[in-house]
Amino acid sequence: MEHYKLQALRQRLYDILFQVLALVGLLMAVLVLLWLLVTVFEDGIGRLNRQFLTSFPSRRAEEAGILAGLVGSLAVVLLTILIAVPIGIGSAIYLEEYGKKNWFSRFIEINIANLAGVPSIVYGLLGLGLFVRWMQLDRSLLAGALTLSLLIMPVVIISAREALRAVPAGIREASFAMGATRWQTIWHHLLPISFPSILTGIILAVSRAIGETAPLITIGALTFVTFLPDSLHSAFTILPIQIFNWISRPQAAFHENAAAGIIVLLVITLLLNATAIYLRNRFSR
Amino acid sequence: MKANYRFALFAVAIPLLLSRCGGSGKQEEVTLRIDGSSTVYPISEAVAEEYQKEHKGVRITIGVSGTGGGFKKFCNGEIHVANASRPVTPHEVTHCTGNNVRFVELPVAYDGLAVVVHPDNTWVDHLTLSELRRIWESAAQGKITNWNQVRPTFPDQKLQLFGPGTDSGTFEYFTEAVNGERGNSRGDYTASEDDNVLVQGVNSNIGALGYFGIAYYLENQDKLKLVAIDDENDANGSGAVLPSEQTVQEGTYGVLARALYIYVRQDESAPAELDGFVRYYLDHVSDLARETGYIPLQADLLSMVRQRWENRVTGTMYPDGKEVGTVLKEKLQKGS
Repeated sequence: MEHYKLQALRQRLYDILFQVLALVGLLMAVLVLLWLLVTVFEDGIGRLNRQFLTSFPSRRAEEAGILAGLVGSLAVVLLTILIAVPIGIGSAIYLEEYGKKNWFSRFIEINIANLAGVPSIVYGLLGLGLFVRWMQLDRSLLAGALTLSLLIMPVVIISAREALRAVPAGIREASFAMGATRWQTIWHHLLPISFPSILTGIILAVSRAIGETAPLITIGALTFVTFLPDSLHSAFTILPIQIFNWISRPQAAFHENAAAGIIVLLVITLLLNATAIYLRNRFSR
Repeated sequence: MKANYRFALFAVAIPLLLSRCGGSGKQEEVTLRIDGSSTVYPISEAVAEEYQKEHKGVRITIGVSGTGGGFKKFCNGEIHVANASRPVTPHEVTHCTGNNVRFVELPVAYDGLAVVVHPDNTWVDHLTLSELRRIWESAAQGKITNWNQVRPTFPDQKLQLFGPGTDSGTFEYFTEAVNGERGNSRGDYTASEDDNVLVQGVNSNIGALGYFGIAYYLENQDKLKLVAIDDENDANGSGAVLPSEQTVQEGTYGVLARALYIYVRQDESAPAELDGFVRYYLDHVSDLARETGYIPLQADLLSMVRQRWENRVTGTMYPDGKEVGTVLKEKLQKGS
C-alpha cells in the first residue's frame, strides 16, 4: 500500500515538473516574440505615417516610402490566391473523389507531400527557368505569382484533401441514395461542408507566401520601382525586398524605415488572416 | 441551401477576377532597366530618382542581384545598364560578345575600403598591407588568433575578425588587393552580407578587426576606430594613410580604394532615352555620390569619362579583369 502511494506521489511530481517545463518553454517563445515586436515598434512607429505609406523609394530616408512594395506584395499575393486555390482544390477533389486508388495516385501523393518540404529558393529557380525564360513571361508580376502559386499549392492540396476526407461518409451515401451524381454531391455537399477547413489551409499557405523573398528575387523582383503595377506584365517589388534594402543601408534613418516596413508587413499578414478567419466563420455557420 | 449560394458566388468570383486582371494590355512608357551591385545601387537610385522628377515619360527600374548577377542579365540582353563594383571579367565579356551585346564601361565614383577596430583599441595606430595579409590570407586560418602575432609590440589580446561574405564584390576586391588572389581568404571569421552586422560585431569586441565600404564607417564614427593603412609603396606617398576623399582620389590610400562602374548597353536595340539618361547620370553623379557616402571622381577624370561616352568607346579597360594596382587616369587616357 505504502509503495503505491509513494509511486502515485512521484507520478504527480513528474506531472507538475513537466507542466512547469512546458510553461517555461511557452513563455520563452512568447517573450522573445514580444521583445522583437517591442523593439520593432519602438524603432518604426515614428516613421509610420501617411507619407511613408504613399511614397516611392528615395535616397533620402525621410522621403522614402513603402508604396511600391505594399501594392506589389498585395498584387502578387492576390494573384497567387486566384491561381493556386482553384487549381489546388481541384487537384484535391480529383485525388479524393475521382482518382482510383492505385500506384499512380500513391506516386502523386508522395510527390505532393515531398514538394511541400522543398526549400523556397528551388521554386524560384524553377520559376526562372519555366515562367521567365521558357514561357517568356519576363520578370513580371504574373511570373512572380505563378512561382508563388507553385510554392503554396502542395499545402493547399494537402489541407483540402484532409478537409474532404473529414466529411462523414454518411453524407456522401445519403446524397448518392437520393440519386445525386458525383458532381452534385461534391458541389452541393462536400465542398460547402469542408470549406472552413480548406480555408484554414489557405490561411497558412498565404501567410507563408507573403513573407517569401528568395524565390521572387530569383525570378527578378526589383528594388527601385517608382510606379505601381498596371498589368500582369508589369515589373514589381515586394515588401520584404524593400525592408532588406533599408536594413542593409549605412544610415540609421533607413533602419527606422525598415522597422516601419516590418510593421506594415505584420499588419497585412494579420489582416489577411483575419479576413480568412472571418470567411471561415461565415461558412461554418 | 443558403451556404451553397455563398459558396457558388465565391467560386464564380475567382475566374471573373482573373479574366478582368488579364484585360489591360495598354502600351507602356519607355522603361530603362538597371540591375547589379548593391554597392552601386544607392548612387544609381539617387540618379534615377532625380532623373524621373524631370523626365516623367521614362520609367527606371533598378534591381539588386549583385555585380555577377547583373552582368549575367546584362549579357543576356535583359537590361540596359549594369551596376558593377568591379570590372567585367574576360568570361563575362565572352558571354556578352556571344549574345551580340556591346557595352561602354564608365567609372562613376570611388569607394574606399575602411579597415576598422574597436574604438577603445589603443595599440593599433596603423597597419601595413603585409600585416593585413598575415591576418587575412588563407594560411592564417586557425593560426593567427592573437594581436601579438600580427606585430610583436601588440598586446596579448584575442583577435576577432569581421568581414563581408564570399559572394560580395567587397570580399573579392579586398582579397585580391591584400592577399594577391581573388577569393584567397581565411574562412574562420564572422561573415555577414549586411555590413551593419559587421559594424555591430566590431563595436562589441575589444579585439575586433573588420573591413567594409567607407560609407558604413562614416555613419558609425562613434562606434569604430578607423585604421590608417601603409601600402608599402612609396611611389604614391610613404607612410600610413587614412581613407578620405583626398587620399582616395589622389591614390595615396593605395590599393584599398576602388572604382565603381556602370556598364551601358550600346547597340541598335537600346532605347533612344538611354543616351539622355547616361548624360544626366554623368552630370549629376559627383554630388549624388558624395550625398550617398561615396567619393566622387575628380573633375578631369569625369570629363574623360563623359568623352568616353560621347565617343561610344566600347569594350573594357581591363582585358584581364584585374583592377588592383592600376591607375584609373592612365586607363582612361589609353582608352579614349
